[in-house]
Amino acid sequence: MSKENNGIENLDITTPPGGHVVVDKSGKLEFTITVYTENQVGLLSRIAIMFSRRKINVESLNTSPSEIENIHRFTIVINEYEDVVRKLCRQIEKQVEVLKVYYNTNDELVWQEVALYKVPTGIIADIVKVERLLRQFGARVIAITKDYTIFETTGHREETDRLIKVFGQFGLIEFVRSARVAIIKDSSGFHEKLRQFEAREPGEDVIENEYLNQQDHIFTM
Amino acid sequence: METLEIKEKEKATASIQNISGSQAVLEALVAENVDTIFGYPGGAIMPIYDSLYDYADKLKHILVRHEQGGIHAGQGYARSSGKVGVVFATSGPGATNLVTGLADAMIDSTPLVCITGQVFAHLLGTDAFQEVDVINITTPVTKWNYQVTDATEIPGVLAKAFYIAATGRPGPVLIDITKNAQLQKFDYEGYKKCDHIRSYRPKPIVRKKYVEEAAKLINEAKRPFVIFGQGIILGKAEKEFKAFIEKGGLPAAWTILGLSALETDHPLNVGMLGMHGNYGPNVLTNECDVLIAVGMRFDDRVTGRLDKYAKQAKVIHLDIDPAEIDKNVKATVPVWGDCKETLPMLTKLIEKKNHKDWISKFHEHIRKEAEVVIKDELNPTGEVLTMGEVIKVLNELTDGNAIIVTDVGQHQMVTCRYAKFNQSKSNITSGGAGTMGFALPAAIGAKYGAPERTVVAIIGDGGFQMTLQELGTIMQFDVDVKIIILNNQFLGMVRQWQQLFHEKRYSFVDITSPDYIQLAKAYKIEGRSICKREHLKNALNTMLTHKGSYLLEVMVGKENNVFPMVPQGRGVAEIILSKEEL
Ligand SMILES: Cc1ncc(C[n+]2csc(CCOP(=O)(O)OP(=O)(O)O)c2C)c(N)n1
Repeated sequence: MSKENNGIENLDITTPPGGHVVVDKSGKLEFTITVYTENQVGLLSRIAIMFSRRKINVESLNTSPSEIENIHRFTIVINEYEDVVRKLCRQIEKQVEVLKVYYNTNDELVWQEVALYKVPTGIIADIVKVERLLRQFGARVIAITKDYTIFETTGHREETDRLIKVFGQFGLIEFVRSARVAIIKDSSGFHEKLRQFEAREPGEDVIENEYLNQQDHIFTM
Repeated sequence: METLEIKEKEKATASIQNISGSQAVLEALVAENVDTIFGYPGGAIMPIYDSLYDYADKLKHILVRHEQGGIHAGQGYARSSGKVGVVFATSGPGATNLVTGLADAMIDSTPLVCITGQVFAHLLGTDAFQEVDVINITTPVTKWNYQVTDATEIPGVLAKAFYIAATGRPGPVLIDITKNAQLQKFDYEGYKKCDHIRSYRPKPIVRKKYVEEAAKLINEAKRPFVIFGQGIILGKAEKEFKAFIEKGGLPAAWTILGLSALETDHPLNVGMLGMHGNYGPNVLTNECDVLIAVGMRFDDRVTGRLDKYAKQAKVIHLDIDPAEIDKNVKATVPVWGDCKETLPMLTKLIEKKNHKDWISKFHEHIRKEAEVVIKDELNPTGEVLTMGEVIKVLNELTDGNAIIVTDVGQHQMVTCRYAKFNQSKSNITSGGAGTMGFALPAAIGAKYGAPERTVVAIIGDGGFQMTLQELGTIMQFDVDVKIIILNNQFLGMVRQWQQLFHEKRYSFVDITSPDYIQLAKAYKIEGRSICKREHLKNALNTMLTHKGSYLLEVMVGKENNVFPMVPQGRGVAEIILSKEEL
């Protein structure tokens, strides 16, 4: 159910299936928006404004170069109704330097967040079971001084949250978590689409009716 | 062989010139066929103004009296000519004075290229004198903006700017150029127009399947109804549109920005949509079976309450902007594309029909509206002049051939309701933003955009006082603009709302005016003020036949209202004809 939002293909609202889909109190879902853009100064604020203007709170935002030179990838997590998300994505995709926007529910993605935990070394050293703890949570030690030790783990929010609780008992000094990075499961990748952007005319590949029954895969620009 | 190569090289280097960034800006404008620039100088844009001195034979520059006037003039120019308007402003306060006009142009899809000066690049972010973060301030109100800090970028960036402003759904673009980039000399290799940007696809491929589906719906429809907006004018598809409705026998109503895309007296033209639109088109929106929206965006002033809007109808939406489709009203069949392309495709597939009975329903409603509203507005029996009769007489004298520029308020709604137009690009008004102060400068720009046409600005006593300093521009450049101030001694539209919805608590809407005729005189503009019906025709005639600009003040009823009206929060079918119905 991977969706592209620049076209007329996705006019039907499909309710995402349950599973890992997170629904908040108001009935909004957690959506991950993936935006491919030119590498251009100012684009971050142009995109951020699109959320703030609609008073949509961004849960997390990650931006980084993509596997393609000069193309950046934004990964943005929000809680919203699908209808709002779809319209928002169309507006984002309208921006001149934006190449493509996708939005997905959690069950359609593989994603990770990195978390770092700073804990007093003295207390940690006294705890015999630290090794088991680390194995159980898949964490790693990445710095040790006599005052503090820094652990790192990657995972979903619930996983990294659980470790906060554990370290909380041992005097957690500081905690930080990264924005989400995500890969869409059902997608042939943006790479292929890019070829069509590179073409000066909207590609011959995109012939009228041929693709109409392949709603999710069609390139619509 | 070798000598040939050397010669080629020599030729190439000969075409490379060493020029400054500011010269490159002006070269770009010349290459883009710009003839008129509206602007105001200042320290940070002085190099460009200095270069402009040498381009006087190629580029006309109109010195406005305020940057807001400059950008509204650019909008008026763009709207009357169908070309891109160009505006110059200096950094800081000069640039921020453009913001209202940018917002206005953005929502009304007006193609503009604004060039602002900026402090030296090494001063960016230091709170330097007249440094303002123009890019971030203007981001939400531009289709695209960009800051140039190196002169070599100028030709490419300006080419992109013109391309983005004019293509797809048009809009304003702002290019902020630091002073060092304007002064910097570089090897200029000529100007190449832009016709492609990787991440920007202004024209979608039209999908035949949707056109076919749309045609099928239209052919099956018993009560089809077309509503059209500015998309037709922007897409230069007036002819295609007329062919479409004529073949299908489709009644068509307009949004205020769509006004003049179809001549007013066309038999299929059934009037104006929206809050102060005609009774028929509003009521029948909720009775049609197929609603065909062409190049319009279902603004809330058009739809009233969405949950009561055309629920019974299948909706076909033709638009070039995919973000507009389904934004407010869900489309049964979206026809995403340039209406210049999609309309002929549709016309080919639809059957020839006339829908006589259905169209006569619109006429029945018009008769009702005429009885309750129009008759008294256009042929009043009372002593005081109405806004409507001024427009009626103006129609008689101009024969529907003038460009009419309106400001915002009651006079705007009355003018849009009653003015007649024979040609496209004749109605210029601030639709989406509703910017008071728009009309006077926009009229100046409109005259430059269509010098051969009569331009009449119709303005309220409130809005006129917002940008009246542009009388100075009219004086200095001898611009022939006919100005009508419809003076009701109130901020009329607000007063109307206070009367209807706030128990007549007229809070700060009582506005006094200067002696406009004396004021005009100070600017060497002739004028006259009238308050009697017997003088109306003669006064309008004097104004229209006067050589050069002219200001006519017409004193109109103080507490007249604009009806019909779809009250806020009601559906379009709940339109009322008088305050008694409220
Ligand atoms: C810049 C701006 N400020 C405020 C308003 C709100 N407003 C809309 S109509 C109106 C009254 C306009 O009065 P006037 O210009 O006298 O025209 P009238 O309605 O009397 O024809 C006002 C204040 C606006 N549209 N634009």
